[in-house]
Amino acid sequence: MHGYANPARFLRIARWLTPALLAGGGVLAAAALAWGLLRVPPDRLMGETVRILFIHVPAAWLALAGWSTIALASIAELVWRHPLAGIAARAAAVPGAGFTAICLASGSIWARPTWGTWWVWDGRLTSFLILLFLYLGYIALADAAQRNGGQGGGRVAAIFGIVGAINIPIINRSVVWWNSLHQPASITMGKSSIDGAFLWPLLAAALGFSLLFGGIVLARMRTLLADIQTEARLRRRAFESDVPGLAA
Amino acid sequence: MREALNQWNFVIAAYVIGVGGTTAMALWSWLAMCRAEARRAKSREL
Repeated sequence: MHGYANPARFLRIARWLTPALLAGGGVLAAAALAWGLLRVPPDRLMGETVRILFIHVPAAWLALAGWSTIALASIAELVWRHPLAGIAARAAAVPGAGFTAICLASGSIWARPTWGTWWVWDGRLTSFLILLFLYLGYIALADAAQRNGGQGGGRVAAIFGIVGAINIPIINRSVVWWNSLHQPASITMGKSSIDGAFLWPLLAAALGFSLLFGGIVLARMRTLLADIQTEARLRRRAFESDVPGLAA
Repeated sequence: MREALNQWNFVIAAYVIGVGGTTAMALWSWLAMCRAEARRAKSREL
């Protein structure tokens, strides 16, 4: 893992991997969504709205994966002082928040024709809304830390990332612990109660969106890294021009 | 009383939000990356 901590080595890999993930993910997600939209039969109970599954479920998985990435990268940043860990955590925050918002919006749209309401304050929906607020709080904290030159603020954001991970098992178990209109998990480790006609396009969409998520995180890591390097270079130049002996 | 809802309207709305949101995130991240790397290259020339 520490082999990839070198920014130069990371950039060598990220330069070809970023467009590969974005293009591959885009093609796979588009094909999976077309499959789900045009080829999958309507569900016996939910009718045509079952097709929202192929947007809503990958977005939910990636919302949880995004915060898990923040928490793991924050641990790596605090414990091993991995140079790219803090950058990876910050890079995962915006796409994580984006997929959380997509999950909440598509879920609300799906709820109206199936439950008869846009929103209910039950355990699953409320804990997912809290996840969105956690993302927004983390983004604000990490941005403030960067503006202050990372003086201790990066550590506060990392601690916030780790503490916020407590919401992940709460989201996962919410439909078991509390009464909910939301159905329990249809896919668990090695088991699925979803028919193959829906399962395969769902897995293809999840893989496609995951590749896109990876590409977005890499692009954002490269952005943050380039900004840090540019600022460091400009500060060094400014320092050298202030001290005449160094400029020569 | 049973509501007459067109289910396809809900499907299309969810797809527009999902596809539009993901495309916007990918494009924004890619363009920001290109701009940041161009700024870094320019700072090397200074």
